[in-house]
Amino acid sequence: MSNTPADLRYTKSHEWVRSESDGTVTVGISDHAQELLGDLVFVETPEVGSSQDAGAACAVVESVKAASDVYAPVAGEVVAVNEQLADSPELVNSDPYGEGWLFRLKPADAGAAGGLMDADAYQAMVDAEG
Amino acid sequence: MSKQTPLYQKHLEAGARMVNFGGWSMPLHYGSQIEEHHAVRRDAGMFDVSHMTVVDVQGNGARDYLRFLLANDVAKLKVPGKALYSCMLTPEGGVVDDLITYYLSDTFYRLVVNAATRDKDLAWMRGRATGFDVLLQERDDLAMVAVQGPHARDKALSVLDGEVARVADALSPFVGGQAGDWFVGRTGYTGEDGFEIMLPAAETPAFWDRLKAAGVQPAGLGARDTLRLEAGMNLYGQDMDEQVSPLESGLAWTVAFEPAVRDFVGRAALEKQKAAGGLRRFVGLVLEGRGVLRGHMRVLCGAAGEGEITSGGFSPTLGVSIALARVPAGTGERVEVDVRGKPQPARLVKPPFVRNGQACVEI
Repeated sequence: MSNTPADLRYTKSHEWVRSESDGTVTVGISDHAQELLGDLVFVETPEVGSSQDAGAACAVVESVKAASDVYAPVAGEVVAVNEQLADSPELVNSDPYGEGWLFRLKPADAGAAGGLMDADAYQAMVDAEG
Repeated sequence: MSKQTPLYQKHLEAGARMVNFGGWSMPLHYGSQIEEHHAVRRDAGMFDVSHMTVVDVQGNGARDYLRFLLANDVAKLKVPGKALYSCMLTPEGGVVDDLITYYLSDTFYRLVVNAATRDKDLAWMRGRATGFDVLLQERDDLAMVAVQGPHARDKALSVLDGEVARVADALSPFVGGQAGDWFVGRTGYTGEDGFEIMLPAAETPAFWDRLKAAGVQPAGLGARDTLRLEAGMNLYGQDMDEQVSPLESGLAWTVAFEPAVRDFVGRAALEKQKAAGGLRRFVGLVLEGRGVLRGHMRVLCGAAGEGEITSGGFSPTLGVSIALARVPAGTGERVEVDVRGKPQPARLVKPPFVRNGQACVEI
């Protein structure tokens, strides 16, 4: 059973989003997503300072099985990336909502994350996928 | 509906992620593919390979039949139990399948062929048997467990019954032996020492439990694939198939052109290819750039042209991405691979990448 924290927002493409107190949002992939992918072996994060459209493919996570794009959940500027993942991509498997975060965005529209799915809606979507 | 091996319930109990493979429901991994990979390289792991097809070839014509059917020559086999790796070819020189033949006697050979090609192989083998005094018998009463790793033999021997253990303990590398209904081969598909054990289906779950109690780690198809890739061993359907020659698949060493009087299916086609020259090379690649090499990626070989990755992935033992690839004749030692739209530098190496836990290439 995968873990879906209630204080986060989620996308259909399995990213999670946490709204930080400084107005930025932190983005990662859900526990369900990392479980489906299997052991991660390579993560490519976006460039700090780049701007991303909502839905733009801006990071890549590669597991033993396959490569998957990670999409920007909201439009904004990349203000930080998780440098640790270059040497330790397995953090995404072991701690998807903590040390396995991918990047942080300064949203173009401060309220945009509120339009994403809450934990119950995301869990319902995952359950429906079977 | 996928077929289930006698170990299906064991896989579910162990929390395996099951996938369909060649019509069989098989474990991909039991939690972490990379941990399973390391267990085989450092200690001992076990694989359910019951989906593979065992075919006994018996009769006075068995030897002559296999000398015609296979590109390698079973006449090389003199010691009972000795195994031989070979391809069977189409008349055009493509690969129908690759397989292991164990020599039991001049009138009794045991073949192990791939699961995904079972029906095609059996039909092909029966079709070539005309005029030979042979009986082909599929042994679907047997299951198969591979125990692999530096401690695999010791751990397996500790749980095998007396007579089977005695036979298994005496085996040299690449030799198998029978003990009652059981057959043990000192063979594998990982680049490590170990056994492949064929046994009656009904006895398999209890044997699996005994191995587990002896500290042998269950490992899935995922780890099996990264282990064989590191070992530089081909996978049928990816590294070779009916459209490509063994001479362009790193398998020239398995084709016995001598003695010249032996006729085998595909011989004339291979001789023509050899005479024409310009054969593509089958090579190992070590990625020096970023990303992960995957099957079907384009290999940019400068003036020599373009090649293609046949199998690629991340090597848990080496900590880099590696691949097998088919590249044009005349390709230099450095190439680029089109990794998701970006050219990344890679270096040609001679497989294997890893054998017996040790790196065979410089990283």
